[in-house]
Amino acid sequence: MRPRYWTTRRRDQLTGWLFIAPQLAGTVVFVLIPLVLVVWYSLHEWNVLADSFTFIGADNYRALASDPKLGGVLRASLIFSAGLVVLNLSLALLLAVLLNQRLRGTTFFRVLFFSPVVVSLVAWTIVWRFMLQDNGGVNALLHAVGIAGPNWLRSGGTAMAAVVVVQVIKNVGLNMVLFLAALQGVPRDLYDAARTDGAPAWTTFRRITLPLISPTLLLTAIITVVGSLQVFAQIAVLTEGGPGTSTTVLVYYLYQQAFQFHAFGYGATLGVLLFVIVLALTVLQWQLRRRWVFHEQ
Amino acid sequence: MSNKTKIILYGILSVLCVPFVFPTWWMITSALKPNSEIFSASLWPSHPSFAAFHDVFTLQPFARQYFNSAYIALVVTAGTLIFAAMAGYAFARIRFRGQNVLFVVVLTGLLIPSEVTIVPLFRMFNSLGLIDTHWPLILVPIFGAPSVLATFIMRQFFITLPVELEEAGRMDGLGRPGIFARIALPLARPALAAVAIFTFLTSWNLYLEPIVYLSSRDNFTLPQALTQFTDAYQGPLWNVQLSAASLTAIPVLIVFVLAQRQFIEGLAHTGLKG
Repeated sequence: MRPRYWTTRRRDQLTGWLFIAPQLAGTVVFVLIPLVLVVWYSLHEWNVLADSFTFIGADNYRALASDPKLGGVLRASLIFSAGLVVLNLSLALLLAVLLNQRLRGTTFFRVLFFSPVVVSLVAWTIVWRFMLQDNGGVNALLHAVGIAGPNWLRSGGTAMAAVVVVQVIKNVGLNMVLFLAALQGVPRDLYDAARTDGAPAWTTFRRITLPLISPTLLLTAIITVVGSLQVFAQIAVLTEGGPGTSTTVLVYYLYQQAFQFHAFGYGATLGVLLFVIVLALTVLQWQLRRRWVFHEQ
Repeated sequence: MSNKTKIILYGILSVLCVPFVFPTWWMITSALKPNSEIFSASLWPSHPSFAAFHDVFTLQPFARQYFNSAYIALVVTAGTLIFAAMAGYAFARIRFRGQNVLFVVVLTGLLIPSEVTIVPLFRMFNSLGLIDTHWPLILVPIFGAPSVLATFIMRQFFITLPVELEEAGRMDGLGRPGIFARIALPLARPALAAVAIFTFLTSWNLYLEPIVYLSSRDNFTLPQALTQFTDAYQGPLWNVQLSAASLTAIPVLIVFVLAQRQFIEGLAHTGLKG
């Protein structure tokens, strides 16, 4: 008898390929090809209104290096990312530790802290823009206790801080939940042992809790950093990059150049810059994980 | 825990939750205030009025925009679930040649924020004549970078399924597609729920892509429409914007309160324990 061609193994192979085909094709068409194209476009002067598309070599990169706004943009991105990550992770950890206590009603508070995550981002941002007006709700509250608040979104010193805080409150619930799950994975007997030894709470937290949840810390740090580089709607709705360029982060600058000033070639160059930064940060964090992340073995 | 510690803890938690709860309260009550009262610091409108909620629908085709956002988010969620589950299953369970290389290829999508590629994607859709249509908002999330995370989560889940369950199915004469559809997929309900929640929210919140791709009001999605309620001088009509924001936020908040266990535990579970 002739052996069957369609053996189980062959059929499995075919099914495997068919199952990944849509995702693979999508990655190629919507991610990898555009990634190559963005590099190609960055070598062109391309104005959609004037319908010009000319090869100019590295000129866009030279323009980037001498762009008087670039310093401010990178500074704004750095301040936003650093502020967001530090504030987000520490507040998330604080909330998770508080809610991990044996206390009635923690579910209720968990729901409250998580609820902004599901509110539409732009709706949330609009409310905050309204509240942070010169004569808005935040200053009314401050006035009630005798403090004259600044015009939060219009003064250079406070606009960025306001954007960071609005974003932290919106999303900290997500990290809080991830930390809670991690905290619940820490074996109780370690705490009991520490208590028997008479270790103070802070030492227990630093020597037991932090090392054991470090993998989750690393992961949330990576997700939060990469996410912070993608911030756009908050800036567009709250400050439109102002005052000056104090809140013009990279993606907002990219949007302005490409879609408001129609400098698509330069927009593509900024896209390449964004990609390089994301890549460098991810690689860096991955390298740091050995030093940072505690392994049980 | 002593009573004193408990009281202190409750105190801290109550103070901390003010900035989380107050905005929603302020949004709804301000939406009910007439324009003359909108900047008053009162916690409740002295003459509650639904006029602004009416304006939301007359100033813009808001119902249409609502429908746009809802159907786009639903289609994206359904599409992502189907294709991410298939790909995740294949990467986790089926042995085929080139598997590891292809997995790395797909994973690169995680590294590349969609903002990096927005210029080439804009040109691509422009040359296909798909600008000012919903296709870019549907196709890119289902097949492109955003769905890669979903594929990864599904793979992580399918890896943990006991092989014995599938072998039982094979004994009963099921082929691969049968095992996937009849055994693996139903068991993957928790992972599917988590992927569905975050995919829906991501699509619902999309802002950069709609303002780049869409230009006519009838095609707008909600986030984009919310900022368009302005007066002749481009100043925001606050009570109308806040009414529209309430209408956008409240249904999702209600669903969340009803199903908060699934929401929170689902997302913690995908927890990207990775």
